[in-house]
Amino acid sequence: MTILSAFDIGLVVLILGIGASTIAAREAFTAVIGFVVYGLLLSIAWVRLSAVDVALTEAAIGGGMTGMLILGAVARLRLAKGTDTRASLPVRFAAGGLCALVAAGLAIAILSPPEAIPTLAPMVMENLAQSGLGNPVAGVLFVYRALDTLLEKVVLILALLGVWSLAPDSVWGGIPGLRVYAQPSSTLTFLAQLLPPVGIVVAIYMCWVGAKEPGGAFQGGTVLAAMWLLVMIAGLKNVPSISQPWLRLLLVVGPVIFLAIGLAGMVLANAFLDYPSGYAKPLIIAVEVALTLSIGVALGLLAAGPPERVQQQ
Amino acid sequence: MPDANVLPDATTTDGALLVLAIVLPAAGVLLSFVLGGRYAERIASVLLPSGFILATIIFGDVWQSGHRLVYIVGDWKPPLGIALRADGLSAAMMVAMAIVICAVAIFAHADFGMRAGSVEARAPFAFWILLMAIWGAMNMVFLGGDLFTLYVAIELLTFAAVPLVCLDGRAETLQAALRYLLFALLGSILYLVGTALLYGSYATLDIVLLSRRVHAEPATLVAATLTTIGLFAKTALFPLHLWLPPAHAGAPAAASAVLSAVVVKGSFFIIVRLWFDVMPGLLGPVGAQLFGALGAAAIVFGSVVALRQQRLKLLIAYSTVAQIGYLFLMFPLALDTASAQLQGSGALTGGMLQAISHATAKAAMFMAAGLIYVVLGHDRIAELGGIARAIPMTIFAFALGGVSLIGLPPSGGFLAKWLLLEAAVATGQWWWAIVMLAGGLFTSGYMFIVLSSAVAPSGEPLKLRVAVPRYQEAAALTLALTSLLLGLVALGPIDILQVGRADSMMVGPR
Amino acid sequence: MNAATLFGLCGAALVGFGLYGLVTNPEPLRKILAFNLLGSGVFLVFGVVSRRAAASGLGGDPVPQAMVITAIVVAFAATAMAIALVLRLLQETGRSTLNADNSGGTNTDRGNS
Repeated sequence: MTILSAFDIGLVVLILGIGASTIAAREAFTAVIGFVVYGLLLSIAWVRLSAVDVALTEAAIGGGMTGMLILGAVARLRLAKGTDTRASLPVRFAAGGLCALVAAGLAIAILSPPEAIPTLAPMVMENLAQSGLGNPVAGVLFVYRALDTLLEKVVLILALLGVWSLAPDSVWGGIPGLRVYAQPSSTLTFLAQLLPPVGIVVAIYMCWVGAKEPGGAFQGGTVLAAMWLLVMIAGLKNVPSISQPWLRLLLVVGPVIFLAIGLAGMVLANAFLDYPSGYAKPLIIAVEVALTLSIGVALGLLAAGPPERVQQQ
Repeated sequence: MPDANVLPDATTTDGALLVLAIVLPAAGVLLSFVLGGRYAERIASVLLPSGFILATIIFGDVWQSGHRLVYIVGDWKPPLGIALRADGLSAAMMVAMAIVICAVAIFAHADFGMRAGSVEARAPFAFWILLMAIWGAMNMVFLGGDLFTLYVAIELLTFAAVPLVCLDGRAETLQAALRYLLFALLGSILYLVGTALLYGSYATLDIVLLSRRVHAEPATLVAATLTTIGLFAKTALFPLHLWLPPAHAGAPAAASAVLSAVVVKGSFFIIVRLWFDVMPGLLGPVGAQLFGALGAAAIVFGSVVALRQQRLKLLIAYSTVAQIGYLFLMFPLALDTASAQLQGSGALTGGMLQAISHATAKAAMFMAAGLIYVVLGHDRIAELGGIARAIPMTIFAFALGGVSLIGLPPSGGFLAKWLLLEAAVATGQWWWAIVMLAGGLFTSGYMFIVLSSAVAPSGEPLKLRVAVPRYQEAAALTLALTSLLLGLVALGPIDILQVGRADSMMVGPR
Repeated sequence: MNAATLFGLCGAALVGFGLYGLVTNPEPLRKILAFNLLGSGVFLVFGVVSRRAAASGLGGDPVPQAMVITAIVVAFAATAMAIALVLRLLQETGRSTLNADNSGGTNTDRGNS
């Protein structure tokens, strides 16, 4: 364990300061900008906690994608009539007291760790060799707790269905209302031409190294989603309509392959979601590749929102 | 702890059925999503009945053997891997929820049916997939042996339930859905932080392993508190019920039925798992009385507000708030004073039976209210006159549902309240008996208001907008009859609820 | 106190901030932002649990790390759904607020079936 460093203290102060400002700021826009910075700082905190996989996910999804999503919403909500009044002072006091109580409870829990700190790390490492994976986090995600990972993909698809279901009936099957800024020779277009090839290589790399080093389907998928969104926003590629069969197929291909390999494990190996010995690594990589695609498309479409028009503009 | 009934954790014969109970709905969701709306109903109409059959087989297995079914996923035993386990509670709840979901599916054909040759439409596409997702999420809640798996399950449940609220896209229902989503997210994040602390203290989230290791220390107590508050919010226990009435009353009838009958039971079931299975010794007399007090407050508040409603669907929704209260009366009644442990006794059986009988009765009542709305074009209670002549079968179903809510014999509600009263007498906690009796009076009160209005002659000839299909009425009536006859399980498989409980007596093979 | 505990306490404080924003801020969008803050605080609690359980040459227990990755993706999906709801509400009513004109319970008679 490291001793407290000035760096860590500074980092925590910054995180808390910016975090508090996202709550306290009067303007929603200021709050969201604060939140994006906050996401980046947080991913540094995750590096300091020796969790590089989480740091990558936090930077890509927690800060980047979430920030973009909320920023887009703020832009649209400027049209909204503000009718809400802030909670009254006594209510705020009571709420503040309650929240302080929760935070204090958590702090006490954190400050009183068990005498011998229990860990599964040795057990994870002991059995990791069997799967041929080098990254213990990937081992947990795809070997030991594969069921959670599989079901979480279904959660993602369901969330997308939920977003889509908010469309008016008349535009069902239409095109998500992603804002397109098509201006020839703008900086955006330039970026949208330059970045995607790089991004796709990065995504493939992340997915590939995920087996032995930090990275993997989530992080790779997020990069893919970001590139896809960039290309669509710049107007270089059309936003697809949600009824496209290839789109639906891409969305489910990851979980379907995962599920199929899992079921095959009941016959070819010892159990559901068990991999036949010797084939674990190639199978997991196949699952990760398919999942990267599905996650990329799902995240991109979640950010694009429900269908809003039937015809391409 | 006497571990007589705890088998060593290994996949049991027929354990693979548990995998099927989770894989089938997941596959149904994925398949419908990719094949499109025209096939979603057909896929659901094959899978949902199979789910019911599967649940009965699991029920039969658990009852016959007197042991729980276990499946070790991926051949990795906990704490590293995840186990699926079906004990008596899971088996009984699975069957009950499968019955409700199948009935809802039949009922929903009228609103969300696919016409042959038509293109994919939004609402049916979403409805059938969400219904299958709810079925799968509930199975995960019942079978999941790991607290983080249960977290994924309740998130799945949230994402399936919220869009159901606003399928019609009106501003009020969108607002109700947003409020529901925020409450639900708050609930799951509080649950999640609890699991983080528990993992920090014991390096496992497996329910059986945790139950052997858990002891009172600061992190565990904070975890237990936050987790429970989060689940209260998701279960809509008073005073965290604010989201429920607008959400349940505004949704389409088939959706209301599944939300009120099924979805709130998911988080409730996790509360039961947590306190009866993971940490039965931690609640203590004060905590148990507090649970009971919240339940009692919910009964009184929900009933009083229900009595003042002018619209039928809102009345039924507030009645759900009240009925959820009953579910929490079992905690003080199940506390063994000598050992200060929650015990799987008659009170637990009564509480779970209450959950099941409320599920069937409430689904029937929401369906009936939906049909009344279709026929009249409104659901104002004061103007229901003559409706009992127009759709007698529906009003009969509504009344039978009420019989079960009030707790008249031979309904499931009667047996549930009987068991709870028995426990109240046995443990000398007469005040909970008073609450239950008062709740019954309140319930009779609002049932009387609705039914007297419904059987009253109408002033002018009743203008029926449309005729309702017979199968919709039949679906509501079937559920109401199930609820009414549920009390008869006292003669049969009621002791299944004790199977797999470490603290109960062995249920021998029969 | 070590670095892990420090970040854990930071997480606890963030949970407090987020909870406060979620409860008191009336604007749905700000509530969603507060929920994300609350979530990231909870994730940091997983972080300290993982870090202090470092063993076998690993910088932390990988199991909580994997759980956080799963939870981050779920939180993003939730945010996307909530924002879609807020925007749809804006489209329908020109406003984005949780306070119904007729305060929640006693809704209008206008259709549902």
